[in-house]
Amino acid sequence: MKIKSLDPRVNRLELEAVDKQPDAVLAPHDHFQTYQVFHQKKRGDKHVAVGVVHAPSPEMALLFAKEQYARRGETVNLWVVNTADVLAMDYDDYDVFATTPEKTYRDPAGYKVNEKIAAYKKSTVNV
Amino acid sequence: MYGGGYIHDDQKKTSAPVSDDPVLLAEFEARILRGEKIEPRDWMPTEYRRQLIRMIEQHAHSEIIGALPEGTWITRAPGFRRKLALMAKVQDEVGHAQLLYSAAETLGKRREDMINDLINGKSKYSNVFNYPAKTWADVAVIGFLIDAAAIVNQVANSKGSYGPYCRALERICYEESFHLKQGHSVFVFLATGTKTQRDMVQDALNRWWPPIMHFFGPSDKMSQHTETLMRWKVKMASNDDMRQQFLTMYVPKIWELGLTLPDPNLKKNPETNQWAFTEPDWNEFYEVIKGNGPCNAERLAVRRAAEENGAWVRAALRKADAQYVTPLA
Repeated sequence: MKIKSLDPRVNRLELEAVDKQPDAVLAPHDHFQTYQVFHQKKRGDKHVAVGVVHAPSPEMALLFAKEQYARRGETVNLWVVNTADVLAMDYDDYDVFATTPEKTYRDPAGYKVNEKIAAYKKSTVNV
Repeated sequence: MYGGGYIHDDQKKTSAPVSDDPVLLAEFEARILRGEKIEPRDWMPTEYRRQLIRMIEQHAHSEIIGALPEGTWITRAPGFRRKLALMAKVQDEVGHAQLLYSAAETLGKRREDMINDLINGKSKYSNVFNYPAKTWADVAVIGFLIDAAAIVNQVANSKGSYGPYCRALERICYEESFHLKQGHSVFVFLATGTKTQRDMVQDALNRWWPPIMHFFGPSDKMSQHTETLMRWKVKMASNDDMRQQFLTMYVPKIWELGLTLPDPNLKKNPETNQWAFTEPDWNEFYEVIKGNGPCNAERLAVRRAAEENGAWVRAALRKADAQYVTPLA
């Protein structure tokens, strides 16, 4: 039995009303590989990771990235990177960063000398 | 937009209960309690992963199927500006589906498998997209009230625990606010127009009100299942609370235009601030969710045809040596 729709375009497709077909229409990789998308809003801004597109090539990934992540608002530039080319850390390895907040010797705030200067000035005045 | 009705399926039906490592589970729950997000390659309970895939996948299906009843009206939208707006909205909905499929993919289910499950009738999606959009006023009601209901649901979910889903929802909510505004604009233009236009919008409201009341799903306050999902911040608000919030925000915007809703019991209790209403026909809801609504067969057939008719283009573009990698975030 053919599908009867309110939409003439659907009727022109002459679709069969068969529900719950068990076969898989899409094989693995039918929708290609994934790319990570980086978006730059204004000249001078950093590119920011905004999400993912599926595409068969970097060129098509850029095209899809434009449709998906630059439909509105400002954009001056986009990058795409094949996800397979990204080497990422595991969250489980976060402990390698555990002591970084304690490394005050890498921080301007880690160097406080005003007290010493004040004490020195005080001592020289008294002399 | 999104079908908010969160219909949980019993784990027993699909697989044996999996017992997770109690130490890892405790760490996981402590992380969520601290308000930290869960990221794709973190350890997570089997049931957390399963329910998230299911929920995000259903959400994605609702977006891509939701584009169909409105897409029908692009060629017949009254005037160039309305056509432009509707095209933009329909493109957004398909874009939302892509964002959501990517978020679900980070949990380990491939997009091809999700779409196969959709077009084979295995996956569920929102009840509301299985009703026909008969007139231009239906587009107004969908754009205004269905998108409004979806925003209530999505704003709640965007504060959930899974990072990729939250990030997708942040973008989606921003874009949905335009959908709601343009839907409200069409709605107000019809409601303040000629008698024929008012009759048209009243008729659409009468037909859409039961599916809208179904939208958030049946009452779920008492469920043990809901309690776990809410502790894990998978589900962020009960179906009842979201429905009440929706009624509080949007019924006044319908009544202020002198339109009516087809439920004589619909009124707000001024003391409790809770809405009373006639319980919708939940049998109809379950039938539609199961695939027996007025348009289920058409929606899936159209989606299936789109995948099948595009297959040769994708085959021509595919590179044999390309390697699929799960999205990072």
